[in-house]
Amino acid sequence: MTTLTPESLRTTSTPHQKSHLIRAEWTKLRTVRSTWWTLSAMVLVTLGVASIAGASVSHSWTTFNVIQRATFDPTGISLKGLLFSQLIIGVLGVLVMSAEYGTGTIRSTLAATPQRTRVLIAKAGVVGALSLVVGEVLSFGAFFLGQSLLRSPAPHAQLSQPHVLQAVVGGGVVIGLLGLFALGIATLIRHSAGAITTYVGILLVVPIILQTLPSSFSQPILKFMPFHISDVMTSTVTVGQGSSLSPWVGAGVLALYAFGTLAVGGYLLRRRDA
Amino acid sequence: MIHVRELTKHYRETVAVHDLSFDVPPGVVTGFLGPNGSGKSTTMRMIMGLDRPDEGSVTINGRAYVALDHPLREVGALLEAKAIHPGRSARHHLQYLAETNGISRQRVDEVLDLVGLTEVASRRVGKFSLGMGQRLGIAAALLGDPGVLLFDEPINGLDPEGILWVRNLLRGLAAEGRSVFVSSHLMSEMALTADRLVVIGRGALISEGTLDEFIADTAGTYVKVRGPQLAEIERVLHAAGATVVPDGEGALTVRGWEASAIGDLVMSKQLALHELSPQTASLEEAFMTLTRDSVEYHGRTTDVPVTTGK
Ligand SMILES: Nc1ncnc2c1ncn2[C@@H]1O[C@H](COP(=O)(O)OP(=O)(O)OP(=O)(O)O)[C@@H](O)[C@H]1O
Ligand SMILES: [Mg+2]
Repeated sequence: MTTLTPESLRTTSTPHQKSHLIRAEWTKLRTVRSTWWTLSAMVLVTLGVASIAGASVSHSWTTFNVIQRATFDPTGISLKGLLFSQLIIGVLGVLVMSAEYGTGTIRSTLAATPQRTRVLIAKAGVVGALSLVVGEVLSFGAFFLGQSLLRSPAPHAQLSQPHVLQAVVGGGVVIGLLGLFALGIATLIRHSAGAITTYVGILLVVPIILQTLPSSFSQPILKFMPFHISDVMTSTVTVGQGSSLSPWVGAGVLALYAFGTLAVGGYLLRRRDA
Repeated sequence: MIHVRELTKHYRETVAVHDLSFDVPPGVVTGFLGPNGSGKSTTMRMIMGLDRPDEGSVTINGRAYVALDHPLREVGALLEAKAIHPGRSARHHLQYLAETNGISRQRVDEVLDLVGLTEVASRRVGKFSLGMGQRLGIAAALLGDPGVLLFDEPINGLDPEGILWVRNLLRGLAAEGRSVFVSSHLMSEMALTADRLVVIGRGALISEGTLDEFIADTAGTYVKVRGPQLAEIERVLHAAGATVVPDGEGALTVRGWEASAIGDLVMSKQLALHELSPQTASLEEAFMTLTRDSVEYHGRTTDVPVTTGK
């Protein structure tokens, strides 16, 4: 038989490093098509909505009444497409974990790295970094595209104006944290369909159900919902004063969702059979 | 070297593995034999630290799997369930595994070459045939050039040429001094590949030893001897140097002697014979006889306590 040459092993004999795991997770992420589909969809939808919103507001500005003109938020409107990206980044975050279970890759992964917490941290590092970077690029891209299409007399925003930079950066932060939240959900649920359904349910369906209930009951819960928090974080005007969290508190709550599910998921990952 | 000690694993009501202990020593191929559902794959997953045993322990080169810093450099495994994303290429699959254990890309190309997948390395694994998938799994097992190798039914889906290739590969790996552990439910295949056998039925150990011992104990030609003074006949034959084992059903199994010689000897001692019949059992039959109880048992019940057949 062909002999196995251990030479090539010795050349890179280095102690176990976190960077190895991060690199491996990045290799995994970039070598499946679903990653590129989901990212393309995010670009398309977010920039698409920004251009449509910019163009249509410019077109119909003259028909706006006084209140509409007074409360018009050129920053917020250009970032509206991020809502769709928040759903799509969930698919990406979920698949990073659930596809491993669906295909059995998790066995290869955990055989290569039996320290399961490290595997989850590496995954979270890669998913968090990718969704944050993509989120920021999209947020800034949508902002500049949207503003360039807002023609006078419709006003447009500049980063130097109050709260604008914070809102645009916030749009990317939301995407970054929701990517991690989705990863956490998938670590708990382990099935693609179940995890995506849960994620979309929390983002989209729960708020819709809440809105059908008396507002005295629904308001205190609604302000903790991710879509609502993202609305607050991407606006330069105060949304629903009193019934909303501040942008900073909102970001904290999203982080709590993300790291909370990851922590519980990590605990279960260590205990459960692969 | 793998040490398995008193391993037990339940899945709800099912006893998958029960109080199982055995060793996989270096330098030989150890066959892991048992009927469907006897717990081979479960045992292998526990060795790999993937499933947590209810009781017992496994050590690899003296350490638990989770304590290994670069497990792929010490243990390589082809597990039963295809553990590969169909959308990823063969090279990328091996590349990420290599990265986790700090193994070079050059080594990825080497193992691809070794299993003959170089030309299709960039193709998505989903398009692979069953045999190509097995070869990729074997490439992954060899990636870290490990001293301990586990193969769960490696010849599944391979054509005769592939089976021969795996057989030679396993023997070659053992000849290099590695511990090779390979499961199968085909005795005939194990007879060609393995030096040692660990036989289980219904999760419990039935026999452990060299292939030769197993064959001597259970298979081949032998003579069935029956008579009224069985103990006396046994003593006489034994004294004359024959291998005599009571078969537990009122007869003796005698090896190494022709029927005529046995008859002459027994008659010369004035002992009566009621049966003197030459028998042949293939290895496959021997294996089936050995595990029959556990197979039937398995089919009927779930919560009856397991009796160890050893
Ligand atoms: N993840 C699991 N959940 C529940 N039961 C399981 C699980 N894995 C195995 N079992 C059960 O444990 C027993 C042993 O199964 P295992 O797959 O280890 O057998 P095997 O010897 O590998 O069989 P085969 O030759 O068919 O591959 C079976 O009864 C099986 O149904
Ligand atoms: Mg099996």
